[in-house]
Amino acid sequence: MRIQSITFRRLLILAIAICATVACNKSVSDRTANLAPLNPANQDLNAGNWKLVLLSRPDTFPVVAPAATSSTGYLADLFEIKGYQKKLSGDELGKIRYWSAGGVLRWNEIMRSLTAKYNVPPYQNADGSYPIPSSTNPFAYPYFPFSNPPYAARAFAYVSAAQYDALVACWHYKQQYNRPAPYMVDSSIKAYANKTTLPSYPSEAAVLAGVSAEMMKLLYPDEIASVEAKLQEAELAAIESGAATRSDITAGEALGRQVAQAFIARGRADNAGKAVGTPTDWANFATQAQAAGQTPWLSLDAPSRPPMLPLFGKVKGFLVDSAHVVALRPGPPPSTNSADMQSATSEVYNLVKTPSREQMRIVQFWADGVGTYTPPGHWDAIAAEDFIKKNFSEVRWARNFALLNMAEMDAAIVCWDVKYHYFNPRPSQLNGQIKTLTGVPNFPSYISGHSTFSGAAAAILGHIVPERASAYMSMAQEASNSRVIGGIHYRTDCSTGLTVGQGVGNFAIQRATTDGAE
Amino acid sequence: MKNLIKQLLPAGIMLLFLPAALKAQTDEDGIMMAKKNLCIGGTYSYSSWNNYWEGTFKRTNQNIGTVSTKMFGLMGTYGITNKLNLVAGVPYIETRATAGTLHSQAGFQDLSAWLKWQAFQFRAGEGKLSLYAVGGGSLPLTNYIADYLPLSIGLQSKTLSGRILADYLLGKFFVTASGTYTWRSNITIDRNSYYTTEEHLTNQVDMPDFTSWNVRTGYRSNSLVVEAVLSNMTTIGGFDIRKNDMPFPSNKMNATMLGGAFKYYIKGFEQLSIVGGGSYTVAGRNVGQSTMFDIGAFYIVDFTHARAKKRASSLHNNKTN
Repeated sequence: MRIQSITFRRLLILAIAICATVACNKSVSDRTANLAPLNPANQDLNAGNWKLVLLSRPDTFPVVAPAATSSTGYLADLFEIKGYQKKLSGDELGKIRYWSAGGVLRWNEIMRSLTAKYNVPPYQNADGSYPIPSSTNPFAYPYFPFSNPPYAARAFAYVSAAQYDALVACWHYKQQYNRPAPYMVDSSIKAYANKTTLPSYPSEAAVLAGVSAEMMKLLYPDEIASVEAKLQEAELAAIESGAATRSDITAGEALGRQVAQAFIARGRADNAGKAVGTPTDWANFATQAQAAGQTPWLSLDAPSRPPMLPLFGKVKGFLVDSAHVVALRPGPPPSTNSADMQSATSEVYNLVKTPSREQMRIVQFWADGVGTYTPPGHWDAIAAEDFIKKNFSEVRWARNFALLNMAEMDAAIVCWDVKYHYFNPRPSQLNGQIKTLTGVPNFPSYISGHSTFSGAAAAILGHIVPERASAYMSMAQEASNSRVIGGIHYRTDCSTGLTVGQGVGNFAIQRATTDGAE
Repeated sequence: MKNLIKQLLPAGIMLLFLPAALKAQTDEDGIMMAKKNLCIGGTYSYSSWNNYWEGTFKRTNQNIGTVSTKMFGLMGTYGITNKLNLVAGVPYIETRATAGTLHSQAGFQDLSAWLKWQAFQFRAGEGKLSLYAVGGGSLPLTNYIADYLPLSIGLQSKTLSGRILADYLLGKFFVTASGTYTWRSNITIDRNSYYTTEEHLTNQVDMPDFTSWNVRTGYRSNSLVVEAVLSNMTTIGGFDIRKNDMPFPSNKMNATMLGGAFKYYIKGFEQLSIVGGGSYTVAGRNVGQSTMFDIGAFYIVDFTHARAKKRASSLHNNKTN
């Protein structure tokens, strides 16, 4: 008995030791959690001259001249920084470090997080109909928005384009007023991020915070409080890091919010609000397809769900106009009654009948479905990882994300136009035997959204980071193919989608070569 | 010896998780295998659900219909000594949904192994009280997909478990109660980001640990065991599935199950036993409301006996038990 109890104690100690070394150490951290502070190779001091997206001039919104660095007001600003720097907590230093990796990057990550959070389709009503989220009542279920791929593409584009215009304006005033950063004026102020010669008025961190927070009010109205908290955090980090004074921040935030208002006005009139359509619209698509002798698309959701944003093809693009949308529209898919369509359906069936583990991995990696940041968010994540290595200035980060995300939004517009123009059924609709490795999206098959998004993204990213062009194209190819081997698209949907996407991407490249940044 | 052989371990299996888990009843009961005896057998179980909980919201889903899990388990228990047993099992699992388009999954899941130690045994009143310490773990045998709930066959976590078990036998009636803590390792998923209650920019998932308890009571004789079983698992941490969202491996998966089991030794051929049982999930969170049935057959090989016989013939050893 005595021996047994000693043995038992030893076993217990052993078990605890194994746990402590193996199983209990499980902290998981994000891949961008510990980035070095942004250290631009070139501050792009002339960016005030770059071509704007929406504003007509960089000084459309005036920013008053700052007080001289010799003024008593400025001295008080410096005291505030010194006061903070005297007693920075570990938590505050962590936030300084987090934001110093780059405001465009961090706000994009926040956007990706919100996109994933709101990317959940509404649950059905008791009668089998579906409630539609409303921006006028975002706090009640179903929460607004349902950030599905077209919604997300547009949201990313608006935030990125507004950030870009706001930073171009910011750079314009930085150059005009040329106020040095606090750590340049007063050597007792420490630079917690990198020391740069970039003028600090108005603060780029605050411009980004103001413009992003204001845009997100429109796009994610349920999140106003959490987004404002992020704004406060970003601005405080900029002050505590010694990079900006209170007056740099105030001027920057105001400028950012004003620029956002111009984009919000555009957003309210870009037809996105009407993209849900009406029951009459939904019925018309089927009638038109039948009139053309085609089997119309049917929702495979149960209960049957209205098609996702069927009028999104009518949204006003940033890079393409309505005539371009028609010009980019490819010819029809094989007729639903044709032998070609039959063999395309058989191909999908055979591909997905006994899937390999590698096949499942590819499908899951690119699925970007419910509860994720969608394909545009995935391409932003891919872009961000490469941009981090490039040491771009904040304004160039914004410009590159604006190009990418405007291309993604316009890819969504063009793709959705095609989808509802042809209203083509999914493989599982034509052959109920086809099982899929991811959920079947609730909209027509031709052309593949993933392929269109990926083609557009790979094209513009290959222009921005040329040494990665072929890598982007093979990623796009894999993303596109993942939809065929996942059983939810015919091969033609994907190959055509990739080509159409590249066509949209070319509009972004066209802009990139003429925006003054190259 | 004869009595000890007769008290061999029945092995039933229970479905605890949203994806199935092979549960050796032997690691949760108060019966030990005799030294150098191997009890080996196979079980088949079928479980299904059409109701499930998204957090606390109970619902059905016409896009999956009824989700079923078939499991074929190979299990063995070996008496290292009369007071120390090794229990191990390997399940092959198939999952399927009756509605919607999601592709079924199948494959070998996790190898699990337990060391069960009868630490104390003493008279308590009219009956006999035994205390056990049980330690075990599991390892995924194949690279099956975990992030494909509710049709994944498992969660890919490596686990380590510690259990304290008490068994009280009064005549032919018994009560067995146990409490377990299970540590789970992080897993790697195919996606490189995911949302829980916040966005994670990584393919690593922190899997919450869980506790479980199991109470069983009934009749136990040398030829028959019939028992009622109440069990629970509670995830420590984890998060709720939001309304109409997809499930995720690190969800908070809680379940309370009520069921029964039996073990019957074939008369006149006591090396062979038949086991079976069933359970119903009476409460849950982020799991399916499973109904489960299982059936199995086990056979005992007595290596002591075989070796003793050999020795008796070659060395004229007169050893008795």
